[in-house]
Amino acid sequence: MTQLVAEWRWWLPALTAAALLAACSRPGDEASLPTPQTVQVGGASGQELAAEQILRKGNGAEPESLDPHRAEGVTSSNVLRDLFEGLVTEAPDGTLIPGAAESWTISEDGRVYTFKLQPRGRWSNGDPVVAEDFAFGLRRSADPATLSEYSAILYPIDNAYEVVNGSLPVDRLGVRAIDERTLEIRLHSPTPYLLGLLTHSSTYPVHRPSVVKFGDKFARPGNLVSNGAYGLQAWVVQSYIQLVRNTHYWDNDQTVINEVWYYPVENAESELRRYRANEFDTTETVPNRQIPWLRKNLPAELHIAPYLGSYSYGFNTTQPPFKDNIPLRKALAMALDRDILVGKITGAGEIAAYSWVPPVTGYQNQQPVWATWTQEQRNAEARRLYAQAGYSAEQPLRMQLLHNTEINHRRLAVAMAAMWRDVLGVETEILNQEWQVFLQTRRTRIDTQVFRYGWIGDYNDPYTFAEILESKHGLNDMSYNNPRYDALLLEASREADPAVRMGLLQEAERVMLDDMPMLPIYYYVSKQMVKPWVAGYESNIMDHHHSRHFRILKH
Amino acid sequence: MTAPVGAPLSAIAVPEAPRSLWTDAWSTLRQNRAAMAAAVILGALVLLVLVGPSLSDHRYDKPNWDEIAVPPSLTGGHLFGTDSLGRDLFTRTLMGGRLSLLVGVVSTLVSMLIGIAWGATAGFLGGRADRIMMRIVDILYALPFMFLVILLMVLFGRNILLIFVAIGACNWLDMARIVRGQTLGLKQREFIEAARVSGVKPGRIILRHIVPNLLGVVVIYVTLTIPQVILVESFLSFLGLGVQEPQTSWGVMVSDGAMDMENAPWMLVFPAAFLAVTLFCFNYLGDGLRDALDPRDRSGR
Amino acid sequence: MLRLFFRRLLESIPTLLILIAVTFFMMRMAPGGPFDSEKRLAPEVEANLRAAYHLDEPLWQQFGRYLWNLAQGDFGPSFQYRDRTVTELIASGFPVSLQLGGLAMLIAVVAGVALGSLAALRQNKATDYTTMAAAMTGISVPNFVLAPLLVLVFAVYLGWLPAGGLGEASLLEGGWKNLVLPVFTLALTQVAYIARLTRGSMIEVLRSNYIRTARAQGLSTLTILFRHALKPALIPVVSYLGPATAGLITGSVVIEQIFGLPGLGRYFVTGALNRDYTLVLGIVVFYGALIILFNFLVDLIYGWLDPRSRE
Repeated sequence: MTQLVAEWRWWLPALTAAALLAACSRPGDEASLPTPQTVQVGGASGQELAAEQILRKGNGAEPESLDPHRAEGVTSSNVLRDLFEGLVTEAPDGTLIPGAAESWTISEDGRVYTFKLQPRGRWSNGDPVVAEDFAFGLRRSADPATLSEYSAILYPIDNAYEVVNGSLPVDRLGVRAIDERTLEIRLHSPTPYLLGLLTHSSTYPVHRPSVVKFGDKFARPGNLVSNGAYGLQAWVVQSYIQLVRNTHYWDNDQTVINEVWYYPVENAESELRRYRANEFDTTETVPNRQIPWLRKNLPAELHIAPYLGSYSYGFNTTQPPFKDNIPLRKALAMALDRDILVGKITGAGEIAAYSWVPPVTGYQNQQPVWATWTQEQRNAEARRLYAQAGYSAEQPLRMQLLHNTEINHRRLAVAMAAMWRDVLGVETEILNQEWQVFLQTRRTRIDTQVFRYGWIGDYNDPYTFAEILESKHGLNDMSYNNPRYDALLLEASREADPAVRMGLLQEAERVMLDDMPMLPIYYYVSKQMVKPWVAGYESNIMDHHHSRHFRILKH
Repeated sequence: MTAPVGAPLSAIAVPEAPRSLWTDAWSTLRQNRAAMAAAVILGALVLLVLVGPSLSDHRYDKPNWDEIAVPPSLTGGHLFGTDSLGRDLFTRTLMGGRLSLLVGVVSTLVSMLIGIAWGATAGFLGGRADRIMMRIVDILYALPFMFLVILLMVLFGRNILLIFVAIGACNWLDMARIVRGQTLGLKQREFIEAARVSGVKPGRIILRHIVPNLLGVVVIYVTLTIPQVILVESFLSFLGLGVQEPQTSWGVMVSDGAMDMENAPWMLVFPAAFLAVTLFCFNYLGDGLRDALDPRDRSGR
Repeated sequence: MLRLFFRRLLESIPTLLILIAVTFFMMRMAPGGPFDSEKRLAPEVEANLRAAYHLDEPLWQQFGRYLWNLAQGDFGPSFQYRDRTVTELIASGFPVSLQLGGLAMLIAVVAGVALGSLAALRQNKATDYTTMAAAMTGISVPNFVLAPLLVLVFAVYLGWLPAGGLGEASLLEGGWKNLVLPVFTLALTQVAYIARLTRGSMIEVLRSNYIRTARAQGLSTLTILFRHALKPALIPVVSYLGPATAGLITGSVVIEQIFGLPGLGRYFVTGALNRDYTLVLGIVVFYGALIILFNFLVDLIYGWLDPRSRE
């Protein structure tokens, strides 16, 4: 009976939410919301394991494929990370650790990597994992016939560009198995981030006999042979993917979780509700709107950490009013109060950004001078530049701001437009488009003025961001073109000394910030909910998590 | 087994009735208290939506960084609270009502007119014409609405008129099918036969005899179309055709507010309440109209 | 009857052809394509992809190819779900949507007709007002508001029902619990619609001559209702039911997304957003065929409800 009464206390707020009365309550009334239950996890020692080691993960959009060389989305990568193991893998905190390769050597010029494979490496059917499996995998990944949408990530490998683009046969790719346990990868130019790339699914090995036998269907349950900590047990499209422990995995003794279930939920609100109903142990993301509530009610389960992504707006530098108009671009950039944008509008703990490249390991974050000013100083300078560009209260700038439809983009756009109106008097028309239409419009580089431009890095290196602004890059929708920037990037890509290379990339970004072809707003954060009984979880900048590091504590 | 549907009472639909039909209907309607109350509330709502925003202390499009997501209070200056950008929800709800009421009424009228014309014609003509017209309806049912809207926008750009076209073009189908279904039975009745035999032209029969007898069902379905139409508008906003910020509509406010129902219920409750009150009013008004227009019920009250 | 059936079958061929043609060309004219994403594809890879899916051929040729394959029952490969065919996806999604929509419709028809008739019999009395107010509430609260609210109350706070998914258990062993909330949400709006339509036409029928005559003969209300009034009163409901049922059993996007159910509606929307031409077209054809089928059934039912509307 008391149980029922207690439940009623929980139920009431939700019911009254529908009633007008609830809306009139004052903030103080929120004490009536359910207080977070203090769960005693892990028994007396705090580390006791639960009897049932099953991990249930919410996983965003349905994975399009579990073929490591044809998958491209974040959510399929999440599953593939448990199924397969690259030469290099990641610790819970994201540092690179030996994976299928137990050690490696790098030649002096940084262009030849020699990997020594794990002697105990086994496929899920018991076959040994050999160097040729990796060589075969890389060739298959680069082969244009595989139809990989991600093969461009292999370009640092010798001849990869030519192979991917069909001008050289696949066997000319710069990889070879020297013996059963030794793999050599030759590079086109020194690529300090290569080891990071080798955690990407495009570089995973595949089990040749089953690829030959099953062809397109080799990545189905029952067919798929994998070399990671887990094997594919079942895949019910739009319902779940079930993985079970791969007993042949070389490090199987250390694996605790027996089964991993991935649930596709493209609606983040639904994911959170199912998490709260204890149907999931972790979520893929958290809707921004719910974060204030979660901070108040489930603070210990909310994990927010810097993420390798940049949120900004681009200027179309080929059309008026932004063509050759650096003062105007700078004025708009300065007039935004980013502390309000990230503090009050997005509100998940995003980091205010004054530059394009997010905090990448080993790279010193670059900033324009005004980043350290107060907002009043910035506003004053913005007004001066705005006037210098020839605009005034009588002749205000009228422009269009384009974003793809999404509630958080919309709110941010409204806030930006309001700031520009207040500080400069700019009249902004906000337009939104459905994602594919938006991409198409942005790509024309004609019908745009200011448009949303976000980017998530593929690997933990500034180059994955810097290259986009190279004048001939296919994604340079700003049409930014500065020969000096291009030259610095080229120089950096030829440089073997990592420190010198970083210096060149930093200089390139300073050049770019002087031209302001884009409007940095914030660096992304990863947002996840993790139940208190899930041990072994750590946030990291790539937001990569391997289930084999997790444990379910008694609860 | 099946009892024949009797002809309507004597004088109802005899050729020269229309003028008295409308005057009679009006006097019947005036006696229906629920309907009149609904009409008054609707009128007040329209007035509020039109003049309210200019009387409010707050601008609908002015964010306030210091008052983000403030709960409603009688004394705090924000009667309905503020939204996630610190804008006054009372003003925004009223502003949103302008578009939603306009879309609700205009699009519904558009779909009603097309639906009646199409359905009554198909049902009355029958045979091959009916089959072709109804197969066209079948096709339109199955066309993916999203691509239709995107294409309209590609061809005509963003245009407020397109909202009505897009919604109207897709919502008349049910109406057409219902009207046709009624017409099929209606056209076999004696008084239609009589009109036909006496040489009245088909167009005139449809207009004078069929349509008035359909109005009851039509009015009911109209009241069901209004909510659909108002909510579909928020989907158009998703495609970039509906309202654009800082403008808003009830559909957009309700679908945004649904995401905040737990932490900021006022963002959902107020627009939803306005929407609900509007729908209830249309409903009671519709019922009243239905009774008033029912040819069988002239003497009933 | 059989002749009618064959005529309708024959008619459905050009209908579907036009539907396919319009949808096909409409999708192709819309901006974006199945391989467009934020990333840039290597030109050779893109060429290979386009060739593999025959997107490099002239449009009319692609259309011809699609029709040819369709005639052989092949809906083609899905662009979005790389290693699956559209036939597979429809086959996996339809049973779920059918179960969900079918159950909801069944409940809605029974409850809606009963409530609507009750309200009509008690026109302008308390019962009528309460029933219709309840129906209006069902219409006024959109399902994207109702569904999350129900999940919050019954799954998150009370923990009585699952918050989503289809569950692994079979229906009788607890799997039904996963269906309660989605079916209820789906049915509620339909109950409201059907009740309103039934009430409206029932009132008209109850006032007609022959019902008055029947009343005068002293027949009981229930007899009058079931024997004489119900059938003609159902005509507008049935008109509505044809397309509504076809729509419901091919999946409701909102419900399937909120409850994480693996139905057709979710495929359709993710397909449209990702420009998965074959998947969208496949579902459109499937849905179109169902629309034609159900509207045919409706026309048959008209004849049964009101013999005079038979041609």
